[in-house]
Amino acid sequence: MISLAGRDILHAWGKFVFTGVGLGLLVGVTLSMAGIYRGMVDDAQVLLDNSGADLWVVQQGTLGPYAEPSSVYDDAYRGVLAMPGVARASNVTYLTMQVRLGDRDVRAMVVGIVPGGPGEPGQPGHLVAGRHITRGHYEAVVDVATGFRVGDRIRIRRTEYAVVGLTRRAVSSSGDPMVFVPLKDAQEAQFLKDADAIVQQRRRTAANASLNPPGAPGVVGAVVASQTKSPYVNAVLVQVEPGYEPAAVAADIQRWKRLQVYTRPQVEEILVGKLIATSARQIAMFLVILSVVSAAVVAFIIYTMTAGKIREIAVLKLIGARNRTIAAMIVQQALALGAIAFVVGKLAATAWAPVFPKYVLLLPGDAVRGFAAVMVICVLASGVAIRAALAVDPADAVGG
Amino acid sequence: MKLPWKSRRWMVLAALLVPLGAAFAYVAARSGPLAPVPVTVATVETKPLEPALHGIGTVEARYTHRVGPTSAGRVLRVEVDVGERVRAGQLLAEIDPVDLDARLTAQQAALARAEANVDAADAQLSDAGARAAHAATQARRYGELSRQGAASEEVSDTKRQELLVSEAAVASARAGLEAAREELARARADANAIGRQRSSLRLVAPVDGLVSARGADPGSTVVAGQPVIEVIDPTTLWINVRFDQLRAAGLRAGLPARIALRSRTGEAVKGRLLRVEPVADPITEELVAKVVFAVPPEPLPAVGELAEVTVALPRSPPAPVVANASVQRVAGRLGVWTVADGELQFTPVKTGANDLDGRVQVVEGLQGGERVVVYSQRALRARTRVEVVERIPGASP
Repeated sequence: MISLAGRDILHAWGKFVFTGVGLGLLVGVTLSMAGIYRGMVDDAQVLLDNSGADLWVVQQGTLGPYAEPSSVYDDAYRGVLAMPGVARASNVTYLTMQVRLGDRDVRAMVVGIVPGGPGEPGQPGHLVAGRHITRGHYEAVVDVATGFRVGDRIRIRRTEYAVVGLTRRAVSSSGDPMVFVPLKDAQEAQFLKDADAIVQQRRRTAANASLNPPGAPGVVGAVVASQTKSPYVNAVLVQVEPGYEPAAVAADIQRWKRLQVYTRPQVEEILVGKLIATSARQIAMFLVILSVVSAAVVAFIIYTMTAGKIREIAVLKLIGARNRTIAAMIVQQALALGAIAFVVGKLAATAWAPVFPKYVLLLPGDAVRGFAAVMVICVLASGVAIRAALAVDPADAVGG
Repeated sequence: MKLPWKSRRWMVLAALLVPLGAAFAYVAARSGPLAPVPVTVATVETKPLEPALHGIGTVEARYTHRVGPTSAGRVLRVEVDVGERVRAGQLLAEIDPVDLDARLTAQQAALARAEANVDAADAQLSDAGARAAHAATQARRYGELSRQGAASEEVSDTKRQELLVSEAAVASARAGLEAAREELARARADANAIGRQRSSLRLVAPVDGLVSARGADPGSTVVAGQPVIEVIDPTTLWINVRFDQLRAAGLRAGLPARIALRSRTGEAVKGRLLRVEPVADPITEELVAKVVFAVPPEPLPAVGELAEVTVALPRSPPAPVVANASVQRVAGRLGVWTVADGELQFTPVKTGANDLDGRVQVVEGLQGGERVVVYSQRALRARTRVEVVERIPGASP
């Protein structure tokens, strides 16, 4: 039994391989698209993993710190700590802003954490260099994606921070790298204005006769001092004691502390279901279009390859080859083309994934599914070519 | 070899496809979730730690003298400006006395009149005394004559009555003198009071020091107690430092401190913890402490300037020490990942003292000598395959 497909491929292998490579790049783009979607979901997951929390306590009636602005008084955590089932509770603030190093600035999510040591909620999980924050002020642990290095001095609003540690894959739901700083500094950055704004505000306050009454020189100082307090945080992260059901603890806090509490599945639902839903649909649309385009391209290539050897097929028919043999040859060629395309596509996607500005996560499961899809598309696309081949009249082989 | 040119084609095709397949196999095994995670490990050493505490504070003057009037008034003149050094007793400013000088003159006239009144009362007393002496002589003489029958009883009685009247006049004159003296004392006290009031309008420096603020200028009206000039003693500057309560165990007076002033980055001056305030800030959850300079820096830092203070706490006893990057919480338990024979294992630990360089003592869970994971490229799980490397790729050089 000689392989008709093998012999034919061998006959025109250059054309065959380069067609496969071209198709492979198309498959690579499709795989990358899927990877981008997986990356977005993973960004949301690592955000939750990094917080190390079981429960998120946020302002009543809001969707939490990742989806909506939320402010909680910064002493609310003490009440939360006293609830049964709460092992640890920490204040945290999130603010997406520009972080400067010299004349370069990076968009980052600045996370204010209580410098309570490793393992506390909100602390970065694993480091790739340096150390955790040990001082209560002016130190930062940053994600490697910011491009900062240990020892750099970065600037957030009015304050300069020393980078003491690097972590990896600590990103916000929109993929911005995180910068962890001590909570008190982050509160200042988030709620306190810069020096200019403060001076302006002081002047306005002093000009207001009811806040600066004549004959009572101490009042204006007290008013200014009360204007520059920042007793808010965005959320309280809670770790639940082993043996307690997070949902039950959440219900307790929600009932007695009159704050909104979300469990991990709920926050995940908010992040994946609400924040990235539109982007995900956008990418799904692209995936569908790319699949259709790939199918069309494969069909076209197989068809032209078949049309190019229509005389040979007629000869085969003339010498008595069965239709099944001819159809099998075309399908085998299509599958071989698909296999080359998939291998090239996977290699290409892996090669260019790190270059993408946002995280591209290529899952082995997605690769397997992609391979199956490519094969199915190839078989379906060869249908047109098979029809054309079977319609060939054996007489054409000898005809003019 | 029947068809050598065909085998050559196969070989060329294989030469293209085999590396492709090999690259694919490599990519499948080495990238994505199946790849081993690069980690760095360190051996646990047993040694003491020198913990330290870091806080920020502001430079403050220990004593601030706010000099102002004791009653409302208008500022007449201000003699000094911010930044000038003053000596104790030096005139700083003066409040407009308005009518006080005129009242002082009036009071001095009243005093003079009271003095004259005393003299007059004195003279009246002498006059009454002289009359009484004469009356006494007359009474005695007519008494004798009456007894001998040389004078009538009536004349003698008249003389005795005159004596009683003149004695009463002496008592009256004495009382008048007393009243005039009291009046003189009152006038003198009044004059004194106005003089004191007048001098209280002259605001003088209570101590040798530095003018730190000037609160009013000539012409402005100030209320009682409102500071016109603030004087600080520059030799008694201290730093009001706030330490997070989280790590403040062992903080006490006398510990050495290093002070980094905001305006002088890069250089730290030596200091000492003077005292820890008995009352902490319940809102910001900080302890408040006072730190003094060992030697006041020259030039003096501005009052209100930001300063970072690092206080060295007492050295801890030796114990196994790990980097704080090693310590992680997995499934609710704090611990470290140990590596033995390429196998990862999670060891729960209890941590003790830590220092500012990120070293943590383990009081329970490690003996020392173990190899623990410090950095890892990804979060670790018990089944994660690891590859020990010198440093994590992509991290700092």
